[in-house]
Amino acid sequence: MDSSSLTAIWLTCKLATLTTVLLLLIGTPIAWWLANTRSRLKGPVGAMVALPLVLPPTVLGFYLLIAFGPHGFIGKAMDALNLQRLPFTFAGLVVASILYSLPFVVQPIQNAFEAIGKRPLEAAASLRASPCDAFFSVALPLARPGFVTAAILGFAHTVGEFGVILMIGGNIPGKTQVLSVKIYDYVENANYTQAHWLAGGMVFFSFIVLLLLYGSRKRVAWNR
Amino acid sequence: MRGHFNISYPGFTLDVDLTLPETGVTALFGSSGSGKTTILRCMAGLERSPTGFLSIAGEIWQDEQRRFFLPTHKRPLGLVFQEASLFPHLTVQKNLQYGMKRAGNAKDEGFEAMLDLLGIRALLGRATDGLSGGERQRVAIARALLTRPRLLLLDEPLAALDMKRKLEILPYLERLRDELSIPVIYVSHSLDEVARLADHLVLIKDGSITATGSLTDILARPDLSSAFAGGVGAVLEATVVAHETDGLTRLEFPGGKLYIAGGAHAPGSPLRCRINANDVSIALSAHTDTSILNALPATVIAVADADTPGHVFVQLRLIGGESLLLARITERSRQALAITPGLSVVAQVKSVAILR
Repeated sequence: MDSSSLTAIWLTCKLATLTTVLLLLIGTPIAWWLANTRSRLKGPVGAMVALPLVLPPTVLGFYLLIAFGPHGFIGKAMDALNLQRLPFTFAGLVVASILYSLPFVVQPIQNAFEAIGKRPLEAAASLRASPCDAFFSVALPLARPGFVTAAILGFAHTVGEFGVILMIGGNIPGKTQVLSVKIYDYVENANYTQAHWLAGGMVFFSFIVLLLLYGSRKRVAWNR
Repeated sequence: MRGHFNISYPGFTLDVDLTLPETGVTALFGSSGSGKTTILRCMAGLERSPTGFLSIAGEIWQDEQRRFFLPTHKRPLGLVFQEASLFPHLTVQKNLQYGMKRAGNAKDEGFEAMLDLLGIRALLGRATDGLSGGERQRVAIARALLTRPRLLLLDEPLAALDMKRKLEILPYLERLRDELSIPVIYVSHSLDEVARLADHLVLIKDGSITATGSLTDILARPDLSSAFAGGVGAVLEATVVAHETDGLTRLEFPGGKLYIAGGAHAPGSPLRCRINANDVSIALSAHTDTSILNALPATVIAVADADTPGHVFVQLRLIGGESLLLARITERSRQALAITPGLSVVAQVKSVAILR
């Protein structure tokens, strides 16, 4: 494996890890709200979160590119704050990945919160725990299997991202050239040996991830 | 303790005004769907009645006229649900400490005594999912009491248990009742549990209160018999007086004495017994040529139709006291003996069930 492949692997890991951590922080309150709200906005917000599941990645990438650009609202905001515009930067990839993998993190956590039900939180309230206290001392620990699933899916889905990255990140080695793009690059240049290394590695990695996921699900079911 | 709650769901309206004693066990009794659990949830602050009011021992927990509502976690109450709702990610000990810590009971006040009172000392290190239903409920009750609540709310704590577990946990509840100085609200649809545990009874039907009063008064009311399907009968609070040489035990109560077979209770101890209306017959004079041992002079107070055709309930007050009895007799016998309110009769009691 050549050094540019290793750079791409390192960049991919960095992107997926950062995205997963940020997604857990952003996704948890959204999942909590969706699991508990009686608001009429629940449907529309749930649909918005799920959109990346059905949209072609190029559609998401296209609109992000416009929003990030000099005439887009995010681009204008970045200009106003004297920050670098997001297209073709690592930060841009992170923002795009967060949107792209959002449903894969929100939905398992939301399902876990819904499965807990109201009763443990009512019991906590009757034991003097404030809603915030009960969230951290009861809801979070009980939803742990959902968080494990969410983290694994969020990470794996970000690693497998291609279309969105190509649209807004381009193909800059060390900056935006992640694994999936690198494989595309090798194949385009008929460098099948290197492509095999990366593609085969991806198959192996994905299999291990799914094995861990289904293995942990079985253990959780056993514990109940 | 005063409360007013008004809540409407599609197909169900709850509208109740409660004035309850500040001591002893008050049972909210009614069939499922009558609204008794909703009342309990209103008291706990888990439901918010839009025009509600609740005050306990002079302290106001809810007063919607002033838009005041104390959230559940700020109410000094203990709550036990039908299923124990122990936290599955914590051990028994951690479950017990969860509320203690937050209620400021840091010095473990009463912790040791509670372990013994509810018999859970051996369970401390265990995970909750290995516990039996009865054990879980005892831990849940201890967990609630260790917050040192000023009101204990029990929502059908025995309903999810089989008869064996019920009998295992009832003695603990009775000990609690005798040792606690706080009011207990006990929601149940089981007449047996209520007759054993409660001092005060609130009957609930279709979201309203149909009767409220002391347990002995309510259970002896012939007009409410439909609420107690099958189990109609008065409850007497008696005192064990003596064990006699032929194996009988003499009980005394305001208005007379009763003989029961056996009985291990020490003389002087209080005993609550229930006399089913089916086990009481009425004679116009005292008989000496009968095998029935317990014959109590009484006055007829009221007569009401029974839940079975051809029968009536007769309410009797025993001579020389306030104690009430109910008898179920046929309408034909009532006419033959011309039983009407005010008549002096003799109540013949065939059997007595000891409740506690």
